[in-house]
Amino acid sequence: MSNKVKLQALMVSLVLFAVFVAGWHVWVEAQKGPAVDMDPEYAALMGITAKGGSAMPGPLEVGEAIWGHIINPFYDNGPNDKGIGIQLAYSIARVLTGFFLACIVAIPLGFFIGISPIFQRAVDPFIQVLKPVSPLAWMPLALYTIKDSDMSSIFVIFICSIWPMLINTVFGVAGVRKEWLNVAKTLEVSRSRMAWNVILPAAAPTILTGMRISIGIAWLVIVAAEMLVGGTGIGYFVWNEWNNLSITGVITAIFFIGVIGMCLDFILAQATRLVEYAE
Amino acid sequence: MNVMPSVSNQSNPAAETTEETRVSESAAMISIEGLKRSFPTPDGKSETEIFGDVWFKVAEGEFVTLIGHSGCGKTTLLNILAGLDTATDGVIIADGHEIIGPSLDRAVVFQTHALLPWMTAMENIAFAVKSRWPDWSKEKIREHCQKYLDLVHLTGSEDKKPSQLSGGMKQRVGIARAFSIEPKILLMDEPFSALDALTRGSLQDELLSICRSTGQTVFMITHDIDEALLLADRVVLMTNGPQARVCEILENTLPKTRTRSDMHTHDNYYPMRNHLIEFLVNRSKQFKEEISSSSYNPKAPPVVRPSAQ
Repeated sequence: MSNKVKLQALMVSLVLFAVFVAGWHVWVEAQKGPAVDMDPEYAALMGITAKGGSAMPGPLEVGEAIWGHIINPFYDNGPNDKGIGIQLAYSIARVLTGFFLACIVAIPLGFFIGISPIFQRAVDPFIQVLKPVSPLAWMPLALYTIKDSDMSSIFVIFICSIWPMLINTVFGVAGVRKEWLNVAKTLEVSRSRMAWNVILPAAAPTILTGMRISIGIAWLVIVAAEMLVGGTGIGYFVWNEWNNLSITGVITAIFFIGVIGMCLDFILAQATRLVEYAE
Repeated sequence: MNVMPSVSNQSNPAAETTEETRVSESAAMISIEGLKRSFPTPDGKSETEIFGDVWFKVAEGEFVTLIGHSGCGKTTLLNILAGLDTATDGVIIADGHEIIGPSLDRAVVFQTHALLPWMTAMENIAFAVKSRWPDWSKEKIREHCQKYLDLVHLTGSEDKKPSQLSGGMKQRVGIARAFSIEPKILLMDEPFSALDALTRGSLQDELLSICRSTGQTVFMITHDIDEALLLADRVVLMTNGPQARVCEILENTLPKTRTRSDMHTHDNYYPMRNHLIEFLVNRSKQFKEEISSSSYNPKAPPVVRPSAQ
């Protein structure tokens, strides 16, 4: 892409952002109507909302909150008031643990399934049945068997990460061009060299694509999983802010979840580029 | 060895059949004996014979091409020779041993070059060299690879990936890879068919000079008549499939020193060329009638030497 196009795209992005923020600001200001006629005791119970104000923050408040989290991300004032950095670190640690466990299982397993047409057919019905199950449906089973909420959320990440990686590894390995295998065969290449130097590099872009899909799903699922199990993590943070009726906190968390998700995807995209090849 | 039948050939009066076989039993590098390959039909109830009763030999240091239309099982035959496919019936003896699988003694140049796209030109060749001589040091492998890259005039393109090379350069890497393992037999499956005429010509010249200087035994598949006449000492003519047979073996009577530019000036060039065209256009289809009316012996297909006299 030429620099001119890039610059124009950046300008449009900034304009879109400005329009969004301005619209948000105007909308929030409009909510602040005159006080509602209300029973005074009920009004006292309802706090700010009863006085005609809305819990919906404007962009300035949210910006301020985000900035506050950025400059002080790691404070710890007890179980229900930890810095967003700490909460995100918990979530990232769980996602990465579950994801790497899934890699260790899915890639070698997918490799062996991929090179065997019999296994491919034999395992396919299991994958097809288990793949569409929402990872959260596994949560009660995990809690009952593992008896540890932290390990259960890691297990849920593991289960949701495994399918895209497994399917893509099988697909990548089974789809290695026959002529490349034939070259290796005519060179009497050993099984291990065939696996490491021919099949793996040939299937690597497909495998990495599976990993990229997996980490995206894992990051989606961790928020819901942590809302369920509670304690720590960005999902718990969101739920806690909702219980506090701090919409500012919820929006701030959404922002950080988005940024971290983008970073995880970016890292995997770069890794995919490393193993990609042009035919 | 059976005695050759004498085949009268009305369509080609210039073609004469002989009763001698050039390849003696002992010097045969490849001996194909009664080879047959059939595939199950789509309904799986019966089998279609692609080719059968194929008998011919390739002597050490000889360049033999097999010519025929697509569908006559040329590539299947080459794959069986390479050990990548198995025959339904019959055997192939290569260098005194029956072929039971792929071997480093039989290098293959594939039609689609089949380079590994994530490796550079040098790495593609090194992959083969390392397979041949696993104990060699990195420097020795590199030196050996460089020698073969230089041989096919790819000096300077060592670190390019296949996607950065032109079609002709890719096939040069494929040829260098095949020669680099110093095989006893080189098998080539229409190696130049995907290239433009100019590139094809220069690659044929290079192949010819390498083969002449190394005395390489080559078995090549082609459907290009001029390519066959330039490169081959003998041309095996295969009829159309299914049930393809070796129709005849043409002996190239052009001088060994022939080049692409002077070969057509030789008296025997057009008789041979016409014989091959006549075969590909007409006789390859009607061969079944031709053998039923003659004493065709598949174990010793007629040898022809079309000449101007």
